[in-house]
Amino acid sequence: MERIPVLRMGSFLLVTIQVDMHDRLALALQDDLMGQIRAAGTTGVLLDISALDVVDSFIGRTIGNIAAMARILGAETVVTGMRPAVAITLVELGLSLEGVRTALDVARGMEMLGRPAPPRSGRARHS
Amino acid sequence: MASPQPSRLAEVVGRSEQPILQEWLRLQSESLSRRRDLVSDTDLGEQCRGFLAAFRKAAAQSIDARSGAWDEARGILADISTARAGQGFTPSETASFVFSLKQPLFLRLRQELAGDAAALADAAWEATAILDGLGLYTTEVYQKGREAVIARQQEELLELSTPVVQLWKNVVALPLIGTLDSARTQVVMESLLQQIVNSGAAVAIIDITGVPTVDTLVAQHLLKTVAAARLMGAECIISGIRPQIAQTIVHLGVNLGDVITKASLADALAVALERTGLTVVPIDPAR
Repeated sequence: MERIPVLRMGSFLLVTIQVDMHDRLALALQDDLMGQIRAAGTTGVLLDISALDVVDSFIGRTIGNIAAMARILGAETVVTGMRPAVAITLVELGLSLEGVRTALDVARGMEMLGRPAPPRSGRARHS
Repeated sequence: MASPQPSRLAEVVGRSEQPILQEWLRLQSESLSRRRDLVSDTDLGEQCRGFLAAFRKAAAQSIDARSGAWDEARGILADISTARAGQGFTPSETASFVFSLKQPLFLRLRQELAGDAAALADAAWEATAILDGLGLYTTEVYQKGREAVIARQQEELLELSTPVVQLWKNVVALPLIGTLDSARTQVVMESLLQQIVNSGAAVAIIDITGVPTVDTLVAQHLLKTVAAARLMGAECIISGIRPQIAQTIVHLGVNLGDVITKASLADALAVALERTGLTVVPIDPAR
């Protein structure tokens, strides 16, 4: 079965989704990622979805779940490169991914992971 | 009223096409005298000849102006009507192209069928039915032409009204002017998000100084835009909230949540610069 590769960079994990997401792939990624976070003592996960041009409610929820689970395991998640159409879809679906940090591109995402605490805006109060 | 032999009308027109055309042209030149500047005599003659030929062909087959036999005649009328709508003719002037054919046509019918009252009545009825149908069709096409113009203008207005401006490196602003409705918000949202991608902006300022009223729906739209921008990794600041609008928002019980709001664009820019790690200092600290 095809899998999405999870790359380890120091204490961070880097996941770039380059293929069409389907439900089983998303769940497999979630399992893989949690296993790796635990095994490697990760403090940050960067999820790049710049190549993803279609999302449904399940994929959207899975992204939120991954971030929530990673936080429980002690890792911060940053979602990067979301396309406008995907962002509008998620908002219309009512999934605004509260508590997930976002960045425009991978470079800024890595920079954000490097920063210790997120005192950025009001939403940090939720986390 | 489907006549088994619609040929009498077609017959008459076929026999005396030339005189009818002459008479029709003369009538039109009289009534169109004010419009000489817009349509030349040669063009008019061309149009009339083409239409009358199509009329004769179609009348031989059917007297129902909506049937397939009349496609060619309707096509000619549609072209004329669209052209005249664009040139600034009034609907009556446009429709009179068809209606002015009645007089010469009836005159001919009377001469040709003088001995047969029943046939004359039948042919007159057929001609009236056809020409009325075509006249209505002309007006319809004219209306459609005008509507297309209005729709295009609306679209252009929509494009004009959503400029996204770059205020600083990594800071874009969207000054909104006019009432926000669902269709406009969609365009606003899309163009802002696209601009965020293009410019890689980390902060986007939505300035609503020019928005006359903010109701729950508009607030909802704004919050959606802010949420979508946040998902993409950009922070949104809403600025230009007038005191009355602040009061309305509170009275309506709209929860702006964690969105940063500022009274003026200047305040918002200051916050944006701070977020991007910049600060403005006077050139001469002594002053």
